[in-house]
Amino acid sequence: MIAKLKAGYGSGIEPLSYAGQNYMVVDRSLIPEILLVLRNEEQFDFCVDITAVHYPQREKQFDVVWVLYSFARNERIRVKTQILDGESLPSSVPIWPGANWLEREVFDMFGIKFDGHPDLKRILLPEDWKGHPLRKDYGILQQDNEWVQINLGIESGQ
Amino acid sequence: MTDSNSSLSNLDLETPEKPFLDSNELVINMGPQHPATHGVLRVILRLDGEKVLGLECVIGYLHRGVEKIGEHRTYTMFNPYVDRMDYVAAVSNGLGYCETVEKLLNVEAPPRAQHVRVILTELNRIASHQLWLGTHALDIGAITPLFYTFRDREEILKIYEKYCGARLTTHAFRIGGLQYETYAGFEKDVKNFLAFFRPKIDEYEELLTTNRIWVERTKNVGAISAQDCIALGVTGPVLRASGVKWDLRKAKPYANYKNFDFDIPTGENGDTYDRYLVRMAEMRQSVRIIQQAVDALPEGPIMAKVPKVMKPPAGEVYHSIEAPKGELGYFIVSDASTQPYRVRVRPPSFVNLQALDVMCRGQLVADVIAVIGTLDIVLGEVDR
Repeated sequence: MIAKLKAGYGSGIEPLSYAGQNYMVVDRSLIPEILLVLRNEEQFDFCVDITAVHYPQREKQFDVVWVLYSFARNERIRVKTQILDGESLPSSVPIWPGANWLEREVFDMFGIKFDGHPDLKRILLPEDWKGHPLRKDYGILQQDNEWVQINLGIESGQ
Repeated sequence: MTDSNSSLSNLDLETPEKPFLDSNELVINMGPQHPATHGVLRVILRLDGEKVLGLECVIGYLHRGVEKIGEHRTYTMFNPYVDRMDYVAAVSNGLGYCETVEKLLNVEAPPRAQHVRVILTELNRIASHQLWLGTHALDIGAITPLFYTFRDREEILKIYEKYCGARLTTHAFRIGGLQYETYAGFEKDVKNFLAFFRPKIDEYEELLTTNRIWVERTKNVGAISAQDCIALGVTGPVLRASGVKWDLRKAKPYANYKNFDFDIPTGENGDTYDRYLVRMAEMRQSVRIIQQAVDALPEGPIMAKVPKVMKPPAGEVYHSIEAPKGELGYFIVSDASTQPYRVRVRPPSFVNLQALDVMCRGQLVADVIAVIGTLDIVLGEVDR
């Protein structure tokens, strides 16, 4: 399967494997297409997880990861793409409706926007919170003091 | 008096030109503090009378930033944090995390450790389902099962306490195996529990399964089809009750589940009644697994050779287990230092909760309570 995709997309896909798990690093430009091909032709009909990792030293700072599973093949695969800070990605909600809350959480925690998402707003943090906590430049004890003062009436959460 | 009468007679009460009370859609808040939402969950309901037109869940009241904490603790230090996410079934969380880090380190727990892990995890599955049964029945109005299921849960928690000192947030497993050897009398305790518990499942079934009120309240309530489940990413007993015969213990076996013989119960309609039957059957299967495991407990070491200061080579791994609530996954990225670079937890309750909207359309308000109960969510896991 990987060979077929590689033949189709050439340098846009880089298949790798670690600890017995297969994953591929895909070019940003190929993104909605590859996911559609995986769902329609390769039967990866189950979106297990969507998440992101922040590498501030790299030029392309964010790694967005889709973990997909196929019932028919009993196989799990990861698709990774690398994007710049501020770049947005097309939403996977038209492909797998279950990606709705998963993408909202990635937006909430990292600030990565998904175009075409029906309702992209914060999910775990309050609506008017400023900052995206899982980025590496957000301190472990940092809080949005302005929100705390307005909403909780105390000076700071510390 | 006459003035108001004349003004009343001016009003055309037959066909108002514009509706002065828009009684078509009512937005009601089922706020974070509510006895039946199993934690701090806020549901905003759009109602037409009693019928639900749609709902929206607002979560995040229990968000503790566990993933952020994971980046600032070493691998062993993070182990206790993991129990606190799904605090009802803490042992499963620990199993998932330990197995994922073992994959990163490329070690495997010795056979005796894996056996004991299976016993404790299946006991945990029974305990979680018992709590589910008690609270779900309580929400629907059957108050009696709560007391009995919590009594059974007590027996399991006593075993945990004797084994590792803690009842709820057990921190039972270590990366590479177990820390504590099973105490003298562990096998006898487990066997006594199984003998005590087996007839109890039949008792609960007698109370509820053919009970007319229970059937009325749960049949055809919150039905979801298999395609919807797969599209929404729903896993666990909810998916099995919709007819998909899939269990991670059989599809991608971990922790020597290959050696045990058990069935995967499924349902047909995917409604609340089927989910109840599936979970009851799962408890029976868990009893079967524990019986096989405890009869064949091998001797040997309980801890693999794991370095004291853990620095797994750089790489990333995704591993998931069949927690009582669904597929619990861990995605850990390591950068060859003592602390993980990123810990991502894929919580089953979070993804299952998305299905609440689809399941409750067209149902009554009372059914929303039943559906929240049947999804078996734990807010600690939803919010992390």
